[in-house]
Amino acid sequence: MNTTDYEALAREHGLERVGARPPLGEYLMEAWRRRNFAIALAKYRIQASLHDSRLGMSWIVLFPILQAALYGTIFGVIMPSDTRPDNFVPFLVVGVFTFGFFSSSLSGGAKAVTGNVGLVRSLSFPRILLPLAQVIQFAMELVPMVIVMAIIVAAFGEPISWKWLLVVPIYALMALFNAGIALVVARLTVHLKDVTQILPLVTRLFFYVSGIFYSLELVLADNPPWMLTLAQLNPVHDYIALVRYCLVGGTELQTLAWVVAVASAIVTAAFGIVFFWKAEERYGSE
Amino acid sequence: MSELPMEAPAPRVGDPTVIVDSLHVEYRSFAGGKRADNKSSLLKRSRGTRVVHALKGVSFVAHRGESIGVIGHNGSGKSTLMRSIAGLTPAASGAVYAQSRPALLGVNAALMPALTGEKNVILGALALGLTPKEAAEKYQDIVDFSEIEEFIDLPMKTYSSGMGARLRFAIAMAREQQILLIDEALAVGDKGFRERSEERIRAMRDRAGTVFLVSHSMGSIRDTCNRVIWIDHGTIRMDGDPKEVIQAYRASK
Repeated sequence: MNTTDYEALAREHGLERVGARPPLGEYLMEAWRRRNFAIALAKYRIQASLHDSRLGMSWIVLFPILQAALYGTIFGVIMPSDTRPDNFVPFLVVGVFTFGFFSSSLSGGAKAVTGNVGLVRSLSFPRILLPLAQVIQFAMELVPMVIVMAIIVAAFGEPISWKWLLVVPIYALMALFNAGIALVVARLTVHLKDVTQILPLVTRLFFYVSGIFYSLELVLADNPPWMLTLAQLNPVHDYIALVRYCLVGGTELQTLAWVVAVASAIVTAAFGIVFFWKAEERYGSE
Repeated sequence: MSELPMEAPAPRVGDPTVIVDSLHVEYRSFAGGKRADNKSSLLKRSRGTRVVHALKGVSFVAHRGESIGVIGHNGSGKSTLMRSIAGLTPAASGAVYAQSRPALLGVNAALMPALTGEKNVILGALALGLTPKEAAEKYQDIVDFSEIEEFIDLPMKTYSSGMGARLRFAIAMAREQQILLIDEALAVGDKGFRERSEERIRAMRDRAGTVFLVSHSMGSIRDTCNRVIWIDHGTIRMDGDPKEVIQAYRASK
């Protein structure tokens, strides 16, 4: 028998090619059907990672508090500067906690496929669930962090208001943006492992340009206005700025930040999904 | 990823279920293979790239009701063949056609040793594609079959290797599969458990499925299979009656 015979035989008996990439709609439907696997993966990974530590779950909250204390000491006490707003501690805590959601999605997304070769090689499911499970995991870890953040902010005298509830849709938009980023880097590292080496630098870059421990508006006050606008086009800065607008007094609302936050969430997520899906058949070939 | 539609004519024993059509699989490795005197530039794309040609044109047709043993030396390409049939390792050329998505028996990669057996049963069942409701329904079955009821609330890493293997097998069998691929899974547990697993596999085959079994144990191949494929260096060396193929395989050593 030659090659064409097999193909014809397969057609005659209604057999379909195994591992073929399904159309996008079907792919997403299947991913939706299997969503509970991604959620369980996220939930159990958190439990497993903290299983052996004495303080267990409290590390989810403890680590960001220590991180905020560290930055607060360095930038608030050791190196004070006039580029910092008056209510610096709430300002910094919101910045550090919110940025953590982005940076963990970036590094977690990079490892989502390449770090789970065993899963990819032994079970069939839409691979998109792996990077998404990572982002779901970080979103779950964010919940207690936001509560701690709110307590710190309130403790430093910020009035509690209805605006605080707006952080929920803002973080939802940011989760979409992060998912898009995670999907893109998840595929890039499959093609080129070297990407993993560059990512810490990318994280640093975003950390410094997103105004975590200084106010972009104050730093760029004496420069031409286009520089500030350019800096404000960075979505990571805008998500942080919006959460600050909700929780921390003295920051005024910028329309541009809302536009960028919504648009970049939709565009990045859509691009990430298509970009990741295109290479579905490649995952597992390493 | 979707379930393939069942065609109108009633499934009969003897209909093709899996067609492997001149399948080639290659692995690319960037590490190793570089000789000490190789002075080529760091940036050159070809640096240390080695292509391992794991399967070199494998073709065969598997039918409903068949239980096919796959034998061969270490590194002959048996496991690669299994993964390709399951659609987990992409083909360099050629294709695999199947009636429904073939499933590789095993959930090991999805499980988390730090978590309790109970959580791992749920996680494994979801990984296999069961809904949370189905997972809850199957839960007791899985625990009963694995016989670890009293340890189910302990972390899986505290289990003995036999207990862990029994639980993994029980979870993996929780989902009814039309086409099942088993890679050396039978050699686990004590004699009693091995007999019950073989029983379970035979039952699955009798429900008009197709089973592939990779094993180094000629005993379990003879007991469970009615056809044997011998893979040698990425090609099919022999395909046919278990007795004859096993005899030839033994004679070749």
